[in-house]
Amino acid sequence: MSLWSKHAIFEKNSIVLSIGVLVVIAIGGLVEITPLFYLKSTIEKVDGVRPYTPLELAGRNIYVREGCYNCHSQMIRPLRDEVERYGHYSLAAESMYDRPFQWGSKRTGPDLARVGGKYSDEWHRDHLRQPKSVVPGTVMPAYPWLAETELGAAHIADDLKVQAALGVPYTLEMIANAATDARAQATTDSPSAGDLIKRYPNAQVRDYDGNPDRISEADALIAYLQMLGTQVDFKLYNDKANIR
Amino acid sequence: MPEYAFHAYLFAAASAAAVFAIVDRYYDRLAQLPPLTIDGKPNYNMGPVKFATVAAMLWGIAGFTVGLYAALELAFPVLNFDLPWLSFGRIRPLHTSAVIFAFGGNVLIGTSFYVVQRTCRARLAGDLAPWFVVLGYNFFIVIAGTGYLLGITQSKEYAEPEWYADLWLTVVWVTYFLVYIGTIMRREEPHIYVANWFYLAFILTIAVLHLGNNAAIPVSLFSPKSYIVWSGVQDAMVQWWYGHNAVGFFLTAGFLAIMYYFIPKRADRPVYSYRLSIIHIWALIFLYIWAGPHHLHYTALPDWAQTLGMTFSVMLWMPSWRGMINGLMTLSGAWDKLRTDPVLRMMVVSVAFYGMATFEGPLMSVKAVNSLSHYTDWTIGHVHSGALGWVAYVSFGAIYCLVPWLWNRRELYSLKLVNWHFWISSLGIVFYISAMWVSGILQGLMWRAYTSLGFLEYSFIETVEAMHPFYLIRALGGALFLAGALIMVVNLWKTVTSVSELEAAPGVRPALAAA
Ligand code: HEC
Ligand code: HEM
Ligand code: HEM
Repeated sequence: MSLWSKHAIFEKNSIVLSIGVLVVIAIGGLVEITPLFYLKSTIEKVDGVRPYTPLELAGRNIYVREGCYNCHSQMIRPLRDEVERYGHYSLAAESMYDRPFQWGSKRTGPDLARVGGKYSDEWHRDHLRQPKSVVPGTVMPAYPWLAETELGAAHIADDLKVQAALGVPYTLEMIANAATDARAQATTDSPSAGDLIKRYPNAQVRDYDGNPDRISEADALIAYLQMLGTQVDFKLYNDKANIR
Repeated sequence: MPEYAFHAYLFAAASAAAVFAIVDRYYDRLAQLPPLTIDGKPNYNMGPVKFATVAAMLWGIAGFTVGLYAALELAFPVLNFDLPWLSFGRIRPLHTSAVIFAFGGNVLIGTSFYVVQRTCRARLAGDLAPWFVVLGYNFFIVIAGTGYLLGITQSKEYAEPEWYADLWLTVVWVTYFLVYIGTIMRREEPHIYVANWFYLAFILTIAVLHLGNNAAIPVSLFSPKSYIVWSGVQDAMVQWWYGHNAVGFFLTAGFLAIMYYFIPKRADRPVYSYRLSIIHIWALIFLYIWAGPHHLHYTALPDWAQTLGMTFSVMLWMPSWRGMINGLMTLSGAWDKLRTDPVLRMMVVSVAFYGMATFEGPLMSVKAVNSLSHYTDWTIGHVHSGALGWVAYVSFGAIYCLVPWLWNRRELYSLKLVNWHFWISSLGIVFYISAMWVSGILQGLMWRAYTSLGFLEYSFIETVEAMHPFYLIRALGGALFLAGALIMVVNLWKTVTSVSELEAAPGVRPALAAA
């Protein structure tokens, strides 16, 4: 009897074979995934990262719906050229509230992890309506329907509730005010802006799409793009303390 | 949401059709269930296999066409037509799902149901269940695909369908597993043939991955939207644990099973080495699971995970080539058949492409190389050398074998047309992947090029514009590949409609020696 013939156990019993497969494939996944949930070093300690405001979250959901990740990454690697082109490399902490993560795998267009504040709202408006009008050589599709579609954020509180159940620190107060916060953030000089900013520090409040009569999907998407990568103050961030 | 309502109507219509079909079948039923054997020979159930084979060809043509359209959109962005459902961000997932899950999935389900019956010499387990698997799976595809066009997506690569489609797939997949293992349990042969080990590993692992990566909570029962339970860096790791092993178990293990049945069969030679197959399967499935982090090199994923991923990816080269050698050497003593049999040639070339993709993959897993290749068209070139050269070719070979067997025809309508298909699509593959290698490396080098003064040399848009000629060549390659597949459809159609029937009853083909 050679060792090879022992393999007959697997070849003669489909249940044993199935269990064998399950055991063998479980190992790698368990070793790589489980530590990420309890090793404290997985997510850097930084100040400033807060959950998305209702308007930003709605904008993010539009980003997800349109599949922008098919062409854009949101993950700057610590390589000299990337840091010079896009800014400080991305931290795990910066996407800790991202469900799903949108790091992407293909850069047909540039990385967007720090696009917030890079352009004016008008630029984004024109760019989303017709990218060629601002960058003639681009291959990005036009998204004219975003500025024309009313933002369906009446039930955004439900979204916050689910996220809260999953562990995102949305308070009851945030959930109760979600729909009003979404409107307030897209309205220049909104009277409730103060409350909003208390709930979500550094939230930017203004009419993003240039149309005060309507809160459109473009309002939400531009609000999301304008906050991307702006939460951490890298003047205060200590790279060395977070070497992993 | 009207989009969600549309899916609800589809579900309602499909359920109504299913109830009707079941009741109708009940009235027309035979006195008993179909016998398991007739005159001592197994009474094979080939209906679902035929269905899956036809579906695979239809989805294949659709998926290649959408791929070509996506390629043309990158070359000529006007083709987005400013319409939501035609824009690249929705079309690209439609392409990837159509080719991987619709085309590839039907090939896998169809061939697995064929192979398991033949190698076990037993009728498929279940009466309605096998039909539920093929019909239910294709219904999932329809829900997923229409969902992307309507903007219903999780935007997790290769796991885009939303929660209700995922739940449905889970039910279908569990049934698939039960039918499969039920058939194995009925086998007449003492040993389970090697192809079935691979199919079983594929079915089980895909189930585990699907459940892990799609763990999500819907916003409400009346909303298609859900949020994934993982977030940020953990979601990234879970996603690529899934994503890489969708490659490893869907696009590799499943298709290796095809290799292990169809190549020996067509070449009329036993599998080269039995021991090699044993090492092959266990090493392959053990190592593959670890390799996910090579999709996350230099990202915010902790370094220890990246290092593990890189190490195991490089080791993965070994079992991959072991499998390739086992497939190729099966031809020992029958190499001359490559000259005369274009179907066999297609399958052998597919194994060679498999060898190429699994050499390139470990190379790209090395961090230094990945720092250049990641985010560029190099990845796209790698994907399609595996996808077109390996997955599609081995599928074409298997379908060319299957159609005459299933419809009981003497032979294919025309081997000459197979030859044309082979050469036209091979030319297409060469155009496609060489264009992507050049554009990928060019793009990567342009992004990191510095002037002598130490400034970045190229703006991003210059690197976009530099891709244009390669996008044209890629589209041309895709068009050739699609043309080849259309020739195949004609050939198969003619085989079924105008080739004479084989006299001998089905089931007398010699059983495959359990080498
Ligand atoms: C076909 C691929 C493609 C898709 C899909 C796509 N983009 Fe782009 N995007 C590009 C390209 C190429 C550029 C660079 C040229 C330009 O600015 O238009 C770009 C540039 C951008 C920029 C400017 C970045 C900078 O730093 O200059 C933003 C912002 C942007 N895209 C947002 C989006 C959003 C939001 C979506 C989804 C609604 C999206 N893109 C979908 C290809 C794409
Ligand atoms: C006519 C043949 C085909 C053409 C023209 C084609 C074209 C394309 C295009 C244009 C893209 C997007 C690339 C980008 O974003 O830059 C793509 C992506 C992809 N295609 Fe194809 N394709 C074809 C066949 C196939 C087949 C047969 C498969 C699989 C079996 C496949 C699998 C994929 C995958 C997995 C991706 C995503 C790659 C990634 O995310 O890195 N394709 N294809
Ligand atoms: C030993 C085997 C293999 C290894 C180690 C490997 C490795 C890799 C690496 C390093 C990447 C690039 C990840 C990135 O930078 O984003 C990649 C991408 C990819 N590979 Fe492979 N590869 C292997 C075999 C295959 C085969 C046989 C296929 C079959 C089609 C395949 C399909 C893909 C796909 C679809 C992607 C793109 C994923 C995405 O970004 O969307 N690979 N692979």
